[in-house]
Amino acid sequence: MKLSRRTVLGAAAASALPLVPARAQKPTLKFGVLTDLSGPYQDLAGPVAVAAAQQAVEDYGVAGKGFAVEIISADHQNKPDVGAGIARQWADRDGVDVILEVANSAVGLAVAGVAKDKNKVYVNSGAATSDLTGSACNANTIHWVYDTYMLSRSTATSVVKTGGTSWFMLVADYAFGQALQRDASSFVEAAGGKVVGSVKTPFPGTTDFSSFLLQAQSSGAKVLGLCNAGADTINSIKQAKEFGITSSMQLAGLLVFLTDVHSLGLEVAQGLAITESFYWDLNDRTRAFSERFKPKAPTRRPTMVQAGVYASALHYLKTAEAMGIAEAKKDGAATVAKMKSLPTDDDCFGKGSIRADGRCIHPAYLFQVKSPKESKGPWDYYKLLATTPADEAFRPLNAGGCPLVKA
Amino acid sequence: MFTILGFPAPLLFGQLLLGVINGAFYALLSLGLAVIFGMLNIVNFAHGALFMLGAFVAWGLLEYLGIGYWWALVLAPLVVGAFGIVLEKLLISRLYKLDHLYGLLLTFGLALIIEGLARNNFGSSGMPYPIPASLQGAMNLGFMFLPVYRGWVVVAALVMCLATWVVIEKTPLGATLRAATENAKLVQAFGVNVPLMITLTYAGGVALAAFAGVLAAPIYSVNPNMGANFIIVVFAVVVIGGMGSILGSVVTGFGLGVIEGLTKVFYPQASATVIFLVMIIVLLARPAGLFGRAA
Repeated sequence: MKLSRRTVLGAAAASALPLVPARAQKPTLKFGVLTDLSGPYQDLAGPVAVAAAQQAVEDYGVAGKGFAVEIISADHQNKPDVGAGIARQWADRDGVDVILEVANSAVGLAVAGVAKDKNKVYVNSGAATSDLTGSACNANTIHWVYDTYMLSRSTATSVVKTGGTSWFMLVADYAFGQALQRDASSFVEAAGGKVVGSVKTPFPGTTDFSSFLLQAQSSGAKVLGLCNAGADTINSIKQAKEFGITSSMQLAGLLVFLTDVHSLGLEVAQGLAITESFYWDLNDRTRAFSERFKPKAPTRRPTMVQAGVYASALHYLKTAEAMGIAEAKKDGAATVAKMKSLPTDDDCFGKGSIRADGRCIHPAYLFQVKSPKESKGPWDYYKLLATTPADEAFRPLNAGGCPLVKA
Repeated sequence: MFTILGFPAPLLFGQLLLGVINGAFYALLSLGLAVIFGMLNIVNFAHGALFMLGAFVAWGLLEYLGIGYWWALVLAPLVVGAFGIVLEKLLISRLYKLDHLYGLLLTFGLALIIEGLARNNFGSSGMPYPIPASLQGAMNLGFMFLPVYRGWVVVAALVMCLATWVVIEKTPLGATLRAATENAKLVQAFGVNVPLMITLTYAGGVALAAFAGVLAAPIYSVNPNMGANFIIVVFAVVVIGGMGSILGSVVTGFGLGVIEGLTKVFYPQASATVIFLVMIIVLLARPAGLFGRAA
């Protein structure tokens, strides 16, 4: 591109525009969306999660209020040290008031520590670990969308109830996979089922799961529990279909996102049981949200993680306005306390609340992936099998070991 | 049912067969690497990225042009091969006189760029690619259920490996090529266009990677990282087989596939590591690799 004087002047003028409201002395809330912009979680969170925060600002009608919102974003590269470094810099230098998203449990936990040290508000949507509201909970952290406990409870219990009484677990051999296996196995047994075997697959570096799948098949179990995520899940489902496992066993994905199903295609993914707390085509409110959001991501539908960024940004705005912008900016822990005291209500998760340990409470939905015949078009992927009510979906308040609960 | 070391025999046979299938991929990928290293002395770290590109081209042909698997098997290697020519002419050819390390750095950088661009354009969770209708279904072998497609992969890989070996070892073209790597100046003096031959060799090696990419597309997730997962193992295969040895890379490819398959039965957690264990042992005993010539 040739740079003419006109484009240079134009660019200079455009870049000066955002400064105008600041000069008008409107108080500004600063959102930092810390997410995976270039790695495995880019599709389920990533740029669309940043757009979801923007959507919340628009839907809340910030433009017509006495304050402004600025959104910045950064890539944590799935490295805890990078994520914590950015969060620290945002707090110290950039004046960020609230940190949103943070997919990846390791980064999510690291950022929780920073939020506490710097007394900022931190609402996590994308991380799976239930430790965020358990042993690692703090007064600055809220966990919005889902966690390992909720996923394994909903999927394992429902599948056992519908006849899937014997399980074989395919486990990604690292902390996350093992945690999922532990939780899922305990729910299978609590529901009267039995875990007849498991195999740990090396992580990362396993692309071919066929050996493990044959071991699963020869175990004679009725259900194959997939305690893995991302490309591992996609590869194992694809290969289970290829080896005819899907005709003799039911597949239960313990952490599968809408974008994974999209990537698998319905031909392969059909019949899979999945738990999510949001699906774009769940009810009138979620559909309304998804239609409003469409211009920001025309080729895809939001995942529950992206919806979580929207919902948590909205709740934060509501809280900040209720307590006064200056107050909200001053004290992160006080703002989080206020967020916990106000009921949540948004188009994505409906009415809910935030518990003392920071856990946001809403129903969990068990879906089954549609067959290509049942699907009416792109992204029409799920049918609802069961709903776990909000008060049962998550780990009981006193069972997580969160120090805030005793106080 | 009889057992071997406490494991039911059918399970063991099944794993052996799966090992051969995975070995087919290792062999095909390491073959391309060995050809490029043997002829060009370039450690082509971009091989995994070009494997991924092959799969993406196949996906793109189907998605945008409706061109199916069989044509993709021909077209994707051609497209990626042409891309290889551009890479070689534009960048790699400038490094032949320098140390191996520079070629390694350049191709590693290229791999990162290609994978980054793919991730930026297509996201990270990958694309669906169906098994072609004529290769769907499975055969019951008694001890296991063998998907027809996996059988096809082994056959295709074996044919391709054999063809490459014949071209390089048994044809006049291959003879000239081998002579050019021994003494480029002398061969050039006979009126052979050596730089062109080298470019085409690189393109050929890269096309092999793309061919493997198309074969892999229906089995693995077509995503920007698919090559990165393979490349490390494939490098180990090449090192064990002996850098630049074609026979070595094919035999070790299949052999390591089998070893890996058996490890998955006896001690699954070690299955990603066992290849590197073998590599260490081989390097200690025979530094030039199993089939390599000591320099």
